[in-house]
Amino acid sequence: MSELLGIIGPASAILVHALIPLTIILVYALAAIWGERKIAGFIQDRLGPHRVGGWHGWAQSIADLLKLLQKEDIIPTDASRFLYKFAPFMMFTASYAAFAIIPFSSGYIGSMINIGVFYLLAVTSLLTISVIMGGWASNNKWSLIGSMRSAAQMVSYEVPTIASVLTVVIVAGSLNLMTVTELQSGNDILGFLPNWFIFQNPFLIITFIIFFISILAEAHRVPFDLPESESELVAGYQTEYSGMRWAMFMLAEYADMLLLSLLGVTLFFGGWNSPFGEFMAGPIWGFFWFMGKGLFLVVIMMWIRWTLPRYRVDQLMHICWGILIPASFVNLILVALWEVIF
Amino acid sequence: MKEPKEIFEYLIKEFGEDGIHFETGDTGEPWIEVPAGNVKEIMKFLRDDFQLKFNVLMCLSGVHYASEAALGVTYHINSTVNSAKLALKVKVPEEDPVIPSVESIWKTANWHEREAYDMVGIHFKNHPDLRRILTAEDWEGHPLRKDYVQQEFYQGIPTGE
Amino acid sequence: MNDIMNITTKEAGKREMTINMGPQHPSTHGVLRLELVLDGEIITDVRPNIGYLHRCFEKYAEEVGDYSKVIPYTDRMDYVSAMNQEHGYVTAMERMLEIEVPERVEYIRVIVAEMQRIASHLLGIGAFGLDLGAFTPFLYLFTEREKILNIFEKVSGARLLYNYMTVGGLMRDVPEDFKTDVAEFVKTFRPKIKELNDLLSYNKIFIQRTADVGVLPEKVAFNYAASGPVLRGSGVKWDLRKNDPYSIYDRFDFEIPVGSGEMGTLGDSWDRYIVRVRELEQSLRIIEQALDGMPDEGDVTEAAPKRIRPKAGEMYVRTETPRGELGYYIISDNKGGPYRVKARAPSFVHLSLLRAISRGHLIADMIAIVGSIDIVLGEVDR
Repeated sequence: MSELLGIIGPASAILVHALIPLTIILVYALAAIWGERKIAGFIQDRLGPHRVGGWHGWAQSIADLLKLLQKEDIIPTDASRFLYKFAPFMMFTASYAAFAIIPFSSGYIGSMINIGVFYLLAVTSLLTISVIMGGWASNNKWSLIGSMRSAAQMVSYEVPTIASVLTVVIVAGSLNLMTVTELQSGNDILGFLPNWFIFQNPFLIITFIIFFISILAEAHRVPFDLPESESELVAGYQTEYSGMRWAMFMLAEYADMLLLSLLGVTLFFGGWNSPFGEFMAGPIWGFFWFMGKGLFLVVIMMWIRWTLPRYRVDQLMHICWGILIPASFVNLILVALWEVIF
Repeated sequence: MKEPKEIFEYLIKEFGEDGIHFETGDTGEPWIEVPAGNVKEIMKFLRDDFQLKFNVLMCLSGVHYASEAALGVTYHINSTVNSAKLALKVKVPEEDPVIPSVESIWKTANWHEREAYDMVGIHFKNHPDLRRILTAEDWEGHPLRKDYVQQEFYQGIPTGE
Repeated sequence: MNDIMNITTKEAGKREMTINMGPQHPSTHGVLRLELVLDGEIITDVRPNIGYLHRCFEKYAEEVGDYSKVIPYTDRMDYVSAMNQEHGYVTAMERMLEIEVPERVEYIRVIVAEMQRIASHLLGIGAFGLDLGAFTPFLYLFTEREKILNIFEKVSGARLLYNYMTVGGLMRDVPEDFKTDVAEFVKTFRPKIKELNDLLSYNKIFIQRTADVGVLPEKVAFNYAASGPVLRGSGVKWDLRKNDPYSIYDRFDFEIPVGSGEMGTLGDSWDRYIVRVRELEQSLRIIEQALDGMPDEGDVTEAAPKRIRPKAGEMYVRTETPRGELGYYIISDNKGGPYRVKARAPSFVHLSLLRAISRGHLIADMIAIVGSIDIVLGEVDR
């Protein structure tokens, strides 16, 4: 009996820990898809969805989800069936698993491991593999081109992302995101500014800009949405997908967007720390501040999407290898020097 | 040199009177009829002669002259240098509708000639890619001939109402 | 069917890949099929395939046996600039019949034709932006286009295919508030051009995507008989409204904007794009002058002949539509209907030069090039 309890106890704890980020992702994805359509609508002088559910069409995403659930799951004749079916789930798993080390508030983190940042970067690399898997298994040329573009893009942009994360890690001296956040508590800079890393070191502002551009590319957002650029490649690697499998891709994309924004918030904007010091602090407020800052970055991504045109694939690569990577390494040295001197 | 009449006389001087006529309708614009045999040389002359400089082929139309049992091509050419326009016509008998292609002179003729081939059924000699353009590749007949009868079935699908 | 299925295995081991862009592709502006031969993402060859929208315009015109019944079908050729298509046809018929058209009719025609040019350019510019991933300008421009369509709806009763001009006149007189509506539109539209320039034309990414892409040198443009904004983008000052005036265009004072290679090479996609944007302003100028000169009174149907039967003869009449030179070659054999009508559509000609300017570019550039020559497939296939 006690043996059984010994298994059930940790197992249910793991389950609860797993369900918390899942709930957050699902609720966020429904809200974000609706929110993106609303934001797009307002930017473009129109209303966006405004029928389903009454109040500003809030139930639109739910209705879409129900529709997608009912759709036929089409698999192309010559597709590689197992890989084709498996790719969307793998993609979602990759971004979902990374949420384990995100400190949502001072009272909650999925897994308190010491190599948190390293784990996150490793797990999100699986996204690239799942995109190639989905695109190649579809046996469609547009999908293939999309997935190849995506592979090149994500592998390239991982370099500046990692370099800028590394810069912060140098300043913080820890790979554990909870520790990184705790280091940013308090309001000491110039007497009122919070101790966030972005305010601590002028070069970290440059690091943040590099980081933000890189995560735009990592999350396939305009102006770097080449893997699925609908006016060139029909829908890129998702061309052949329909129904729930396609919805999984969408979900993974939105989850990835949130994940990278939350990582940015943790590294540069003090994570769950309140901007007002002790005022409105605590675990519950911490969650509010954390998600609030994360969603702010997400909204900026959406804003960019509905404003700018798209880059071309060679220009994309040039921005990465020609500008961002050298800049991020030079910046790494400058940040390190600043830390040594001051 | 802008007027069709002047150009006609200039052409005669160059190519002789053989088969080159100047014609006018009761209304509209006059045209110069040229023989099918040396249409390419004439066109090249019109394009390159320093006094004419017809650098643009505006339009190339295939026409079926049912009463004469002839097929024809009308070339409308334009000179942006002299702001001049000119219409030229070539007529060939229905049985043997072969006209030299002017694609090597004006590239734009490529698609126009394909259209004329598709619609009226004129064969353009030395055209690099003479295929149907507007109708399906295995369509039967040439729709703009006056005696055209539409095929009843296309790949098993009824074509009429 | 079999070789469609096995195309991957057949191509395996080859360096090049053939891919179908269209007929169902988001940015081929209708049902255009491009067979692209790719080496990686680089286009080594392109073969346009057309005819998916062929509606037998020329055959219909011959069979219908009535010159006036051809007009509604001209609308359907280039369905985004129907007024200009009608304008070309009625001009051709009036020259055949040697009819003098009343002043008021000419002015109204010019105003609606220029409004249509603006509407058409707005669509072309917007769709070009959309092809390059800029969604928002497209909808901004559609808001403006909507205002023009509302005026046209008041004028003709239809929003897209108007059937408004008749040989020798107009279907009916314009409504009383036409002048104020148009003046109001001109006033509100001017600032929007600046907005468009800020949002799209001088956007850095947009310039990077379009400059030096699809360069069409002047010589090639002439050889392929390019016209309209495509030719002007290559730096040639050639506009039929000035160079071969029809209607009353010789009375107006306006400029011909040409490309100058500001952002890259002369004749690139950006040049073709900016020519359209600058033409918006010129069209506004023409509209303003026409509004001032337009007589307030007059019967718009008085010169319309009861029976249209031109003498035997033929004519090629060209007019400047938003896309370029639209020519009608009409042969009359002194009957009630035309013996032969050939429409020389600018998009048809421009599509044929696609191959010449797109080889060696990337797939994404192909989209930019197709967008920058602004084709309408209804006109290509007729």
